[in-house]
Amino acid sequence: MSTTLSKVKMPYLLLLPGFLFLFTFFILPIVNLAQTSTQTPIAGGDTGQYEQTLRFANYLNAFTENKEQFARSFIFALCATILALAIAYPLAYAIAFKAGRLKNFLLVLVVAPFFVSFLLRTVAWKQILGEEGFVVPGLRTLGIISESTTLTSTSFAVVMGMTYNFLPFMTLPLYASLERIDPRTMEASGDLYANGLTTFRKVTLPLSMPGVVAGTLLTFIPAAGDYVNAAILGSPNTKMIGNVIESRYFKIVDYPTAAALSFTLMAAILILVTVYIRKAGTEELV
Amino acid sequence: MTHHAKQKDASIPTIPLNARISRWFGRNLIRIYAVFGFTYLFIPVAYTFAFSFNDSGKSNLVWKGFTLDNWKNPCGAPEVCAALGNSIKIGLLATIFSTILGTMIAFAIGRYAFKGRSSSNLLIFLPMATPEIVLGASLLSLFLVFHINPGFWPTVIAHVMFCISFVVVTVKARIASLDPRLEQAAMDLYANEVETFRKVTLPLVAPGIAGAALLAFSLSFDDFIITNFNSGTLKTFPEFVYTSAARGIPAQANVIGSAMFFLALIIVIAGQFVGKKVKVAK
Repeated sequence: MSTTLSKVKMPYLLLLPGFLFLFTFFILPIVNLAQTSTQTPIAGGDTGQYEQTLRFANYLNAFTENKEQFARSFIFALCATILALAIAYPLAYAIAFKAGRLKNFLLVLVVAPFFVSFLLRTVAWKQILGEEGFVVPGLRTLGIISESTTLTSTSFAVVMGMTYNFLPFMTLPLYASLERIDPRTMEASGDLYANGLTTFRKVTLPLSMPGVVAGTLLTFIPAAGDYVNAAILGSPNTKMIGNVIESRYFKIVDYPTAAALSFTLMAAILILVTVYIRKAGTEELV
Repeated sequence: MTHHAKQKDASIPTIPLNARISRWFGRNLIRIYAVFGFTYLFIPVAYTFAFSFNDSGKSNLVWKGFTLDNWKNPCGAPEVCAALGNSIKIGLLATIFSTILGTMIAFAIGRYAFKGRSSSNLLIFLPMATPEIVLGASLLSLFLVFHINPGFWPTVIAHVMFCISFVVVTVKARIASLDPRLEQAAMDLYANEVETFRKVTLPLVAPGIAGAALLAFSLSFDDFIITNFNSGTLKTFPEFVYTSAARGIPAQANVIGSAMFFLALIIVIAGQFVGKKVKVAK
């Protein structure tokens, strides 16, 4: 009797400390943020003092004032996700099917660059793409870009930095789903006179879809909320919504607007993700 | 031998050279692509490593000459090592707490069927699906409400919070891959539940827990956005790099970054090696 009782209680006992922690430091803050988002400044109060007035117009104001940055965040994140997919898919494919005995070694190599601090890598790109780096003079000598064109402080640099920084989030799930594919299914497709491209389109790609969905989500979500790449590699003209939230918080101490923006970002991401998962899950993709 | 060579010579002209080249490319396209991919991945690493040897003075933007001074004296630049120390302390504490809490949750979800299991999974998934900036900003708002000043412990709490989910996912995957017959066998041999857990289950799950701890440490060590919201005046290593990026990062930061890279590489390779040995021993 006592063992069955403890068996019933056991999972809850195991969950309790962790969930208590997550409740206090994840759920409660989100609820509090929702609460902050409808506050207004106290009349005659100091900067940073707000009271609850349930002013939902904060959302409308926050959104209309920062439409441009919102749009940019989602466009940049989308570009970075597509680029990362284009770079990571063949890489994951090569490791899963063509690496032979080097498989584990190459897998370590794919993750290794990300042991160098995220910030250091981003700053390294700034220098590589900068005037003193080797890319800009090289492209100028080859006549690909004009003398006056620069690469840093551009949208290109920001998207490129995000693509690079979130690449492992794309490569690892892709590799995991490609690695699970039985090579015999691909051989069977070949035996049935499908050429390489058809085999890829009809067999490999559909079977790797779970990895594509996971990878694109894991890249898109952090990219849409990122502000580090835009701050280091961009200019005031490439500000993303993350930059706005950060400066509202720290420079302007406008907590309600920062909270409203955070919530709008989260809601937008959740809607996009739900729509995307539905589409990827039910529609025939090929 | 000459006969053989002649035969070979005779067979070559039947396939035109350019067709052979294009066929070689077709067959090796993916490998060529992979070489380019890896080059792209390692450009910033090579850059960071090379500039750790730059005799740069204060701003490490232009190559000025080779020196070993930065490696001999990695704490030479002000604040670098203090920031590194903060990151290591926070990383270790966050790793310990998140690994313990996360492993317990992973066992609950991975081992038991109970009411509320799917909502538990959702609660674990949500922090991973929330943009970092929202996590950081919301936690800071909470601290401000309770008049807790941002600093060391708020940062540790923030890191534990976002690491738990990753620990749960990693350990849960390991638990799911276990063969339940091994535990049944232990029970058949009259081991009680506690003994079975201690002698069979835990050693089998241990590599997963170790992997989760490594992941938690690297996530914590590298985090910038959530940290920046909750650390106040305290500076971690990524924050140090961020604030000094505008006026040029001292070469010592590159030394530390490169050293971390090699250290992590050694740990991962050693881990794989040990993993193989254990497999062979069994």
